[in-house]
Amino acid sequence: MSVSHDAAAAGCPFHAGRVPDYPTRRSGCPLDPPPELRELRKTQPIARVKMWTGQEAWLVTRYEDVRALLADPRVSADNSRPGYPGANPGMAMVRAKYPSFITMDAPQHPYFRRMLTADFTVKRIEAMRPRIQSLVDERIDAILAKGPPADIVHELTLALPMIMICDLLGVPYEDQHYFHEKGMVIANGKTPPAVASAAIVELCDGYIGSLIDRKNADPGEDMFSRLVVTQLRPGHITKQQLIGIGRLLLVAGHETSANTMSLGLLALLEHPEQQKALVEDPSLLNGAIEEILRYVDAAHAGRRRTAIEDIEIGGVTIRAGEGIICHNPAADRDPEVFPDADRFDIRRDARGHVAFGFGVHQCLGQPLARAELQIAIGTLMRRIPTMRLAVPVSELDFKEDNFVYGIEHLPVAW
Amino acid sequence: MRVTIEEDKCCGAGQCVLAAPTVFDQREEDGIVILLDETPPDDKLAEVRQAIRLCPALAIKVEV
Repeated sequence: MSVSHDAAAAGCPFHAGRVPDYPTRRSGCPLDPPPELRELRKTQPIARVKMWTGQEAWLVTRYEDVRALLADPRVSADNSRPGYPGANPGMAMVRAKYPSFITMDAPQHPYFRRMLTADFTVKRIEAMRPRIQSLVDERIDAILAKGPPADIVHELTLALPMIMICDLLGVPYEDQHYFHEKGMVIANGKTPPAVASAAIVELCDGYIGSLIDRKNADPGEDMFSRLVVTQLRPGHITKQQLIGIGRLLLVAGHETSANTMSLGLLALLEHPEQQKALVEDPSLLNGAIEEILRYVDAAHAGRRRTAIEDIEIGGVTIRAGEGIICHNPAADRDPEVFPDADRFDIRRDARGHVAFGFGVHQCLGQPLARAELQIAIGTLMRRIPTMRLAVPVSELDFKEDNFVYGIEHLPVAW
Repeated sequence: MRVTIEEDKCCGAGQCVLAAPTVFDQREEDGIVILLDETPPDDKLAEVRQAIRLCPALAIKVEV
């Protein structure tokens, strides 16, 4: 993949003296953020942009500013505030109707989040490693038995996080395509609002609602059952709130891991010398996964916030009530923090990336995501070391308009 | 060195456990930080500093 470092210079809307539209689109290397953002980070690291709603918001692209704002108590994650910059119609609607703790402030945020933190501690996830390993081995057995080419998204990178989240939540495996498809319809910025709205009713009121009813009638050992028994029945949360939590876990719980895994594998296959190094030296694995998280930053819609007081930062004043988009992919390419930041380098120390966000909303599921990434990519390098892309990169279908970036299919051979 | 934590800030992300596993752990019931060693040996300073840098809730401090 070629990286066009000067693509931003010509015709950049940020230099044209008007408030540019956001989001900007990727061009050049499909694993790089939109090239305009590189220029912006240098010249206007906190810039006004115009959203799809016509509202304006601040777009933040420097690493230190992103971290500072996401950890700032004067910044709210509450999507019911008028200035909140929703990512697209579907996401704005589903988060308004079924809010989860991801779009709440204290005291509601820690109240709901702490209902789930026990399930994602480092130790709890470590104990799940044998299960993840055996799933990965089964999937790779099947890939090898069928022979090349294989769509690694279908065979492994989507299948693994999906099975894991079904296991955790107590959701039937046979429903996975249903909720994946509905989730994609809702999260895609190109979905007409009426279609997204209908999908929200189907997925949330219909599917997750009836799942909660089934768990209430016949609770099992899973997380959904536990939330029904310990939180819903005693009246600590409402059914609508539980639907919000369920949707977040079900969709965010597999989309982000799945897409990071497929994009990360693509990054490795496109850098054969680094793939070879990882095959030859498995001790590079954990560092390679942090670099994949930094480099591909699948949650490319950025972290959305609203200022609740005036904030002076980076030479600008963000006024109370104004929307803020903390752009984690741009921050993770900040050369002041990650030297030669646009270079994929599995040997660098990429810890400290903001792919999981920063502040108290940082990803709850990150230990699970790390375990899945480490085991899946590590096992692929060991068992199919000669893996290569089976089609040119130009033929891959990237999910540009989706709330989470990714690839529809990744055909590989060996 | 002396390590202090602000438990009510903690959001249970687990970053400190990965960065300095002999100094930090998480409570089983809610994932909130446990300080295993308030005065770790000097050779743990780099790990503790890494935990401070990674903690998303800014809940860890160290006096050297």
